[in-house]
Amino acid sequence: MLYRTAGQFKTTYKADHALFPVRQDAWLLAFILLLAFVVFPLTASEFAFRALLIPVLIYSLAALGLNILTGYAGQLSLGTGAFMGVGAYACYKLMSIFPELNIVVAVALSGFFSAAVGVAFGLPSLRIKGFYLAITTLAAQFFLVWLFEKWGWLYNYSVSGAIQVPNISVFGITFAGPRASSVTQYYFVLVIVAVITWFAINITRGRIGRMWKAVRDMDIAAELVGINLMKAKLSAFAVSSYIIGVSGALFVFAWRGAAEPNLFDVSLSFRVLFIAIIGGLGSILGNYLGAIVIVALPVILGTLPQAMGIPVTPATAEHLNTMIIGSVIIFFLIVEPHGLARFWAIIREKLIIWPFPH
Amino acid sequence: MDFLNSIIVQPFADMIGAPDFLLQVLWEGLVSGVLYALIALGFVLIFKSSRIFNFAQGIMVVFAALTLVGLYEHGVPALLALPLTLLVMLILAIAVERVVLRPLVNQPDIILFMATIGVTLFLIGLGEIIFGGENKVMITEQLYIPTGSFEFEPFGGFLLIEQKDVTAVIGAVLLVIALLVFLNKSKIGRAIRALGDDHQAALSVGISLSTIWVIVWFIAGIIALATGIVWGARAGVSFALEVIAYKALPVLMLGGLESVTGAIIGGLAIGILEKLFEIYWGQPLLGGNTEAWFAYVLALIVLLFRPQGLFGEKIIERV
Repeated sequence: MLYRTAGQFKTTYKADHALFPVRQDAWLLAFILLLAFVVFPLTASEFAFRALLIPVLIYSLAALGLNILTGYAGQLSLGTGAFMGVGAYACYKLMSIFPELNIVVAVALSGFFSAAVGVAFGLPSLRIKGFYLAITTLAAQFFLVWLFEKWGWLYNYSVSGAIQVPNISVFGITFAGPRASSVTQYYFVLVIVAVITWFAINITRGRIGRMWKAVRDMDIAAELVGINLMKAKLSAFAVSSYIIGVSGALFVFAWRGAAEPNLFDVSLSFRVLFIAIIGGLGSILGNYLGAIVIVALPVILGTLPQAMGIPVTPATAEHLNTMIIGSVIIFFLIVEPHGLARFWAIIREKLIIWPFPH
Repeated sequence: MDFLNSIIVQPFADMIGAPDFLLQVLWEGLVSGVLYALIALGFVLIFKSSRIFNFAQGIMVVFAALTLVGLYEHGVPALLALPLTLLVMLILAIAVERVVLRPLVNQPDIILFMATIGVTLFLIGLGEIIFGGENKVMITEQLYIPTGSFEFEPFGGFLLIEQKDVTAVIGAVLLVIALLVFLNKSKIGRAIRALGDDHQAALSVGISLSTIWVIVWFIAGIIALATGIVWGARAGVSFALEVIAYKALPVLMLGGLESVTGAIIGGLAIGILEKLFEIYWGQPLLGGNTEAWFAYVLALIVLLFRPQGLFGEKIIERV
């Protein structure tokens, strides 16, 4: 009843092609956008911005990139962390070579660097498949992190080997660096995430997206019906790495403020993969749900014992955290291997016919 | 010219110039290669019998070693701690089968892979809570592993071979032989291989999937304990050991996911080649620490020519 689609007639092809053909979906989206653009910035505390809102957005963007590669094109990747690093270091170098560059342009450009690296490491995917392919992305992961550490030019030969984000202002508003306010950074990230999400929804439901899905479901069959495998796989690597690179640049410039090479190690790759899998492979919505779970869980677990008055040392809390995240991942996989997005799909189905069971 | 010289000529000149050092490097490489091969063997066993890419093998090594040392520290005699640790690994195998694998039968590979990563995280957290995060010393002497060293003087140089490394190599060889005999001659071994060939056919002739999975995970646990003892004796026992799981992955890929021989040969090859590369090319030319990625790049290059690894089963694709 709440989601009843009866009476929503589509009288033109254009209406049929709409991004959200069901009216309730559009309302829901409008509500979420209202929350994200108006309500959260007005009500959120500094802590909420730093620990929840900004990381959720950045992680979901990274997961979106990974999901395009793994969920839509079916190429398993374990090198997300390193590709995020490429984006971050590219943005850092761009900003230090051209200090006058607009930060938005720099972030957008840095994605192209990681896209290029992604395509280079994607080339073996034409021959290597499945878990064997995971090894080529892991090669990227370990090689690139090693490179971030050894290639002094990347971090301007700073003594610590880390990159520090300077204060960057556009039109008098500080977007990045120590002086930037959380609200500005939040809007900065939010706008980029919203634009890329819109782009991703459209690309995945169009010709290219269908090509990817065909390759994912069975690449030999896809080849037989005339899909150019090279084009499909490499375009998936390029688009995915571009998005991941942008998220990496935001990760450092709009959230962390500084980064050292081991920030981009394999555990970051796994965290993003968890988000994509818990959210649901092959869905756009899932990335946001997964990111909310993975980012919010440690925060909740960190504050819960104090709130309940149980004394726990920070070290124990952290280890408990790891343990609980491990169990939650297993739990989600057992309960719904298709991820939270499938949960939402089931709920939506039920709401359409509610209050009747069939 | 100078550059080419430093890549092509100089390293080999160094090798010939100091043959005793070269032997030392080769020996070190061989010992770590044996360890990589052992871990990869644990992976291969589980992959063969259940098509699960078991990421948790690395953490099982740490967990087994920590349990052994932890039990000893709590006053259990070393020789009693050993079977007790095996008991813990058996319980772990049963728990993993019951809680994680059984509900996930027939799921896509990636889901099972993620589940083993979940197991990894769980074991890391549990291990740190129970045993603490600090580095512990492996109870080498209490287990009657000799700790002295042999010294040789080949080519008028100097070569140091530690006895515990020799023990490690011999132990690993014995373990591998025992495993091969078990897999090829015993009834259970045949059942494991049958499951690896075809799940449904194996089930239909009355092989119990869950029993075999418990057995396989338990064997992987035994291998983990052996690896943990040997590696712990070299580098101490801590969660830093977990990185060796990442070392075993390229070994697997190089050898082929289904092949026991592949795991052994891949392990030895990667162990030796990465040491040679690090000493003669990595440190002088690239700033060192190339061991972090060398194995992967090597595996990648091999895979480009043989997508199923050196000894893997040929991938047959049908529509």
